[in-house]
Amino acid sequence: MKPTSFEYERPDSLDAAMRLLGDNPGAKLIAGGQSLGPMLNLRLATPSLLIDISRLEELRERAAHDGYVVLGAGVRHAEFEDGRVPAVLNGFFERAARQIAYRAVRNRGTIGGSLAHADPAADWPAIMIALAAEVEARSVRGSRRIPAADLPNQALETCLEVDEIITSVRVARCGEGARVGYYRLSAQPGDFAEALAVIVHDPQRGYTQAVLSGARQPPQRLGQTARAVAAHCSGNGKADLPAAVEADLTAISGTHDLTSYEWKVRRASVLRAAQEVCV
Amino acid sequence: MGVAAGSVKGGIGASIQRREDERFLHGRGQYVADIMLPGMLHAAFLRSPHAHARIKAIRKPDGREDRVIVAADLTGLKPIRSSPNFPNFKHAEFPVLAADKVRYAGEQVALAIAETAAEAEDLLHEIEVDYEPLPPVVDMKRALEPRAPLVHDHWSDNMFCETRFDYGDLDAAIKAAKHVVTREYRMNRQTPMPLEGRACLAHIDRRTDEVVVYVSHQLPVPLQIGLSQVLGIPQRRLRVICPDVGGAFGLKTYLEGETVAVTWAAVRLGRPVRWIQDRYEHLVCDASCRDHWYRVTGYADVSGKLLGIDCEAWCDTGAYSPWPWPAGIEASTAPGNIQGPYDVKAVRGRAVTVATNKPPGQPYRGVARPGACFGHETIIDALARELAQEPHEVRLRNLVRPEQMPYRTATRKLLDSGDYPAAMRKAAELIDVSAVRERQRRGEPDGRLVGLGFAAFYEQTAYGTGPFGYSGWGIELVPGLEPATARLTGDGELVVDVGVHSHGQGHETTFAQISAEVLDIDPGKVTVRYGDTSICTTGTGTYTSRSTVSAGGAVATACRQLKVRIARIGAHLLQAAEKEVEIRDGRVFSASGSVSFAEIGRAWYHHPEDLPPDVDPQGLTVVAGYKAIDGGVFSYSVHAVVVAVDPAVGHVDIIDYVIVEDCGRMVNPMMVDGQVIGGLAGGIGNALYEESPYDEQGQPLAATLADYRVPGASSVPDVRIVHMETPSPLSEFGMKGVGESGAIGPPAAIANAINDALRPLGAEIMETPMTPQRILDAVERGKLKQ
Repeated sequence: MKPTSFEYERPDSLDAAMRLLGDNPGAKLIAGGQSLGPMLNLRLATPSLLIDISRLEELRERAAHDGYVVLGAGVRHAEFEDGRVPAVLNGFFERAARQIAYRAVRNRGTIGGSLAHADPAADWPAIMIALAAEVEARSVRGSRRIPAADLPNQALETCLEVDEIITSVRVARCGEGARVGYYRLSAQPGDFAEALAVIVHDPQRGYTQAVLSGARQPPQRLGQTARAVAAHCSGNGKADLPAAVEADLTAISGTHDLTSYEWKVRRASVLRAAQEVCV
Repeated sequence: MGVAAGSVKGGIGASIQRREDERFLHGRGQYVADIMLPGMLHAAFLRSPHAHARIKAIRKPDGREDRVIVAADLTGLKPIRSSPNFPNFKHAEFPVLAADKVRYAGEQVALAIAETAAEAEDLLHEIEVDYEPLPPVVDMKRALEPRAPLVHDHWSDNMFCETRFDYGDLDAAIKAAKHVVTREYRMNRQTPMPLEGRACLAHIDRRTDEVVVYVSHQLPVPLQIGLSQVLGIPQRRLRVICPDVGGAFGLKTYLEGETVAVTWAAVRLGRPVRWIQDRYEHLVCDASCRDHWYRVTGYADVSGKLLGIDCEAWCDTGAYSPWPWPAGIEASTAPGNIQGPYDVKAVRGRAVTVATNKPPGQPYRGVARPGACFGHETIIDALARELAQEPHEVRLRNLVRPEQMPYRTATRKLLDSGDYPAAMRKAAELIDVSAVRERQRRGEPDGRLVGLGFAAFYEQTAYGTGPFGYSGWGIELVPGLEPATARLTGDGELVVDVGVHSHGQGHETTFAQISAEVLDIDPGKVTVRYGDTSICTTGTGTYTSRSTVSAGGAVATACRQLKVRIARIGAHLLQAAEKEVEIRDGRVFSASGSVSFAEIGRAWYHHPEDLPPDVDPQGLTVVAGYKAIDGGVFSYSVHAVVVAVDPAVGHVDIIDYVIVEDCGRMVNPMMVDGQVIGGLAGGIGNALYEESPYDEQGQPLAATLADYRVPGASSVPDVRIVHMETPSPLSEFGMKGVGESGAIGPPAAIANAINDALRPLGAEIMETPMTPQRILDAVERGKLKQ
């Protein structure tokens, strides 16, 4: 349980970090180290160089703008939990962050690290997709904005190029009357989510999104569920929520196995999140 | 001479704070990993990726041959063999390093040694092993099919042993029975989860010419004996030190191949060598526990009075039989305890122990008693359903009554004391059965289902050497005797040395309290030492809830004898007759005056001219022993729990938990609570979370703590504990053991509660851990049935 030998650098600027990353294809970024640390010790990750970006002030932005907020990649889960970031939807960041692992992890782990690691059981990827966030990635070649939904390719893999660093997340602020449904199922508090359902409904912007993720389930948008929730909330006819959820689940899993454990907990999680919005 | 009653502060019955916590809570404990020696090397083990394979060849890295050790290098070792006297027990060596075959994924194949732990791990990657994979034996039932592969090539099949017994007339009970209830259940494999993994550090002390082995272990003296036998080093040249041990739970009781190999290497290289196990090794390669399958049938008369019980218990004990607790004990323990705290006249038992390609099985807190308890308690609940009566009422009809004490069970155990029905009534009252039933009738607004479960059981603690204790098994090392040394120092304080270890039990406090009680001194002036074969040369260690009764009994005896010597010297200094003096507050009093223990110590150590002419030349050091009663003393408990089951997702919340327990006289009630709560946490892990599953190729599926789920603080409810205190007539101060009891009841009580909750769905779960998936599967089976 000791890592292989690696070099370690702690650059003092984002530019220096980007240069190091560009020059060293075998390098890995480390911020909070809450996923990478164990992977190094288990020798599942064997980088030649670790670039420590945990102290870069340039990644610590927490700015409220008209209609959106910008959150630096280095903002830690505990800062969300403690309400030290501008809100996009009353109390939601606090509520969601509080359920990530436990406080010692939240004191170190960062939102950028969570998004870049792309663990399907992690909380932020699903939440940021549900909020239609955009991720800013920079390299010595320039910068680009990636919709949160396009960031993960598959479990533990993103569309980031090897020289790109996530620098911030840009999240739209929800309007008056916006509601969120959030249901996180884990074996015990602090465990990774078995199923995580997030539904955001913002009538002012005419925006509704539903996302499901979990242990064996990279985040997926649930279109029919979102439409059913929107319909229900606007009072436009009676929506058949269970039918919509089941249609989405069938579409993303390719099966319709009503007796399987996964099916049941996913169905129940999405329905419970939906019910919270639709009350 | 006597002690004025109640004058001692912090004696028996006082909830004083644990003295060891000062260092633990400040992170100043001293574990093997905290010990550094000059020139120390670090070891890492190469482990088999296959569950079952023949080793064709091992190639060491060029130029590093001397830093890689394989089985063929281990010259001079005697094999580790551990066999009970069970009929037809099949013998197999327990390899230090695998030689011809590997028999579980994670078995140690080679040892690499380097200047740092990381470099030792690097070196592992340069060792090449040619394996010829063999089909693995993974399932204990299929292991006994005719064409199953053999774990040990020289065996005729994969059965370690089978034991049977038949007490009383079960056939008559079967004939007379009006109600017959049978349950089959599975208690899956777990891994005991101490915070500190295993660890050892060996070196040669050139001054004493001793091989010194620091090791995280429960049994210093037995380990010294075992290492001596295997390494061929005489016991006088082998010193085992078990420093602070960060939990053990039964895991750290056997002679591990790693300890032997590291010690061998340290002797061969002439340099200190240390190995610190990591969590992956702990979860994947260490001894595991449980892995049982049962079929239990209860036979009852028309009123629900149990007439007899038939129990078949299977244990998948993995590839090897560990020393000194061999394969076979685990499975045999279950039928032996299947009658529980009930008045039952006939018990039939069959225990089957099977070898598979998994790590060896070890006893874990409670040994097979959680499984036995699961059996008798789910049978009682099944009976209650048939009778349409409250489960606690059916229990009350069957529990051994106080007027029957001492009560000889069908399986020949002597229940020494207590009021079992009173404990049951108290638990039913506290959990408030009628309020729970009313709540069930109302239903929950969120759709969860509420259920109530009980578990009543006894625990055989601190048992001894005789046929009702350990020697009946014919094992390599029979415990029962425990020593203690009490020494008054020259400044009038006390040093107590014991042979048992403390790895969470708090003996530094409890033994100080026992000493304080006998000698009427401040427990703060007592140092308790242990864990070093040069401090205490005999005694077998801490397990089977034995230490407070056995070692505590020895401490009391030693202090009592010391007290006589103190009084004699004190009387002489006071110019009084011995029978005229009294000891209290750390002084000896006569009618005319008093002398302090310090003055008595001063006389012995500095001024022998002041001693009585006929003074006992043994002085102020007393070595005494305690011989536990053969069958031990019996604690008992009733657990009562209310759960809420979410039938849509299979999650279980424990919403109330009550434990009524009787461990006789309590030395420190706060620490008894601590033992019960810790046991409960382990029992909840057993019931709901902890499992070491394997796939069909024998590959472990829980290799990190992300997959092996341990209950967290928020999963352990705020339990209400009620103590009854019936002194045992068979032990010092009436003490009974309590270390394991908290862990025995939870699987049964929680299963009964979950099944009570699921009853409207026609569902029943009979497998631990009762995970959400298993609960949903049970709900699914219930639907099919209805």
